[in-house]
Amino acid sequence: MAVHKTGPVRGDRYQVLPPDVRAVRAGGAALLLHVRALVLVCLFSAAALAAGVVSLGMGDYPVPLGEVVLALAGGGDPISAHVVTEMRLPRVASGAGVGAAFALAGAVFQRVVRNPLVSPDVIGINAGASAGAVLAITVLGGSTMFTVAGALIGAFASAALCYLVAYQGGVSGYRLVLVGIGVTALSSALTSYLLTRAELHDAQRASIWLTGSLANRSWSHAGVIAGALLVSVPVAVILARRLRLLELGDDMARTLGIGPDGARSALLGSGVVLAALATAAAGPIAFVALVAPQIVRRLLNESTAGLAASAACGAMLTVAADLAARSLFAPIELPVGVLTAVAGAPFLLVLLARANRIGRSG
Amino acid sequence: MTQNIAQTGALSARGLTVGYGDRDVLRSLALDVEPGRVTAIVGANASGKSTLLRGLARIMRPKAGSVLLDGVDIARMPAAQLALRLGMLPQQPVAPEGISVADLVGRGRHPHQRWFRQWSPADQAAVAAAMHATGIGHLAHRPIDALSGGQRQRVWIALALAQDPDVLLLDEPTSFLDLSHQVDVLDLVASLGEERDRTVVLVLHDLNLACRYADRLIAMREGEVHASGAPSEVVTAETVREVFGLDCEVVPDPLTSSPLVLPAARHRRHR
Repeated sequence: MAVHKTGPVRGDRYQVLPPDVRAVRAGGAALLLHVRALVLVCLFSAAALAAGVVSLGMGDYPVPLGEVVLALAGGGDPISAHVVTEMRLPRVASGAGVGAAFALAGAVFQRVVRNPLVSPDVIGINAGASAGAVLAITVLGGSTMFTVAGALIGAFASAALCYLVAYQGGVSGYRLVLVGIGVTALSSALTSYLLTRAELHDAQRASIWLTGSLANRSWSHAGVIAGALLVSVPVAVILARRLRLLELGDDMARTLGIGPDGARSALLGSGVVLAALATAAAGPIAFVALVAPQIVRRLLNESTAGLAASAACGAMLTVAADLAARSLFAPIELPVGVLTAVAGAPFLLVLLARANRIGRSG
Repeated sequence: MTQNIAQTGALSARGLTVGYGDRDVLRSLALDVEPGRVTAIVGANASGKSTLLRGLARIMRPKAGSVLLDGVDIARMPAAQLALRLGMLPQQPVAPEGISVADLVGRGRHPHQRWFRQWSPADQAAVAAAMHATGIGHLAHRPIDALSGGQRQRVWIALALAQDPDVLLLDEPTSFLDLSHQVDVLDLVASLGEERDRTVVLVLHDLNLACRYADRLIAMREGEVHASGAPSEVVTAETVREVFGLDCEVVPDPLTSSPLVLPAARHRRHR
């Protein structure tokens, strides 16, 4: 009765791994490496590094490239070294970290919910974090610690609100986007109210922060974002395999031996932490979380965005955008968020226009 | 492991009650699936066929009772262990847009893999064998959106085969397929049991196809097993009336001599 007779089949008869994937074996271990994604990670990192080095040399006190490299290596003339490592390096490091964090959060959200529009900036996580941070800045004085705590609380509160309202025996991406718009509006209203009630000085500080800016970052900001990455990257690395099953739906994930609810909560939780702390460190820099994974998806010509490549892409985008924001209208420096918004908004429009079915797009 | 129970893929339910919220779909249901055979679950819409399959696969947790796999309550088995022995293909599985056939089928190997052992020669061999058995080897690098419905269904079956479970549950593998592709998929399913004493349980809508391809039938009615056994024992005019509420005649299929259900003619166009 069998139409396809199953004879002895040699394992190498078909190339059963995708063309870009190689199995690397060492001892008893075997890892799958996505060659193209790896190349992308290297390219994005190199570009981020290049933009960073240029950025380190730029400013009121220009430092030639050679001096920048010397300063980074720990030598060079003491004034240049101080300007580069103490005044400008925290900014570039924060930028890279914040970009990587937003992009990683975006990739995780988009893949868990299976919708390219579900990134923390679209569904209100960043807006919630902003409201929390503005509350901290205007009412509590805005030390780094208060800002971080405020952003975390705001982000988790809006994530929880989003999830509870959108939940109907499961969460569909489209519904989450719609509810997210509502949550964003609510958070923005709270933010606006706080701004109108604030002292003029605080309000000005908060509103610059609200556009997303890397100006005057110190090592404490870089530390905040490093902490977020330290907590969340291991979660993403460990759960990446489960994420590949979550993409096949809850029933399939269960039948392949994982608990979908636990894996999803851990992944989304780490995404919220990343988006919240990135927002706390640099303000809600728009669109990086939405755009970076989509760029990676297209460059890899893959169904889903690799997490590492997305993070590297986010770092590159943010550092490059900050460089552009500082140099385009020099000596006037724009906040980096203005530039990412101007570049990212058309991208969102294209994504929306191409959304062909409910819950699917791109 | 000290236990010496043969792992034959004998699946049974004892006092199984499964439901959504307050509503019980299955009430204290008992059944035994014969190992190494193809069993079809048939019944009218909303008779609890899919719920039974989901209960057997532990996708839905029972409110009472248990499902036993070779005598062991599956509720007590670690999820990863169960996944090595029991696989299920949901009715409408979803895949990331643009995913390639090989990538999708390879994900079926998850229960056999660890973080530090992501791809073994056994994985390679199992995926190759699954694609060969389902006749999709030549499609390995095509995105599944580009395939026909019948081909896509073969890809999903290949994923379940790559998982290589002793018991394979399929929820309406032929829905949304035209007749020739239905036959095609069922031929494939029937061949699965032969090559490796695999227990196959599938929900089927078409009673006549179920009679042809299944060794055993389970007829569901209002959340209970109304009749079970060989198709020739189960499918009688009386059972069909009770299970489907349909007046019919049952004659031997001229090709296979399995029972063939002919609905009673209410409107006669031809005499």
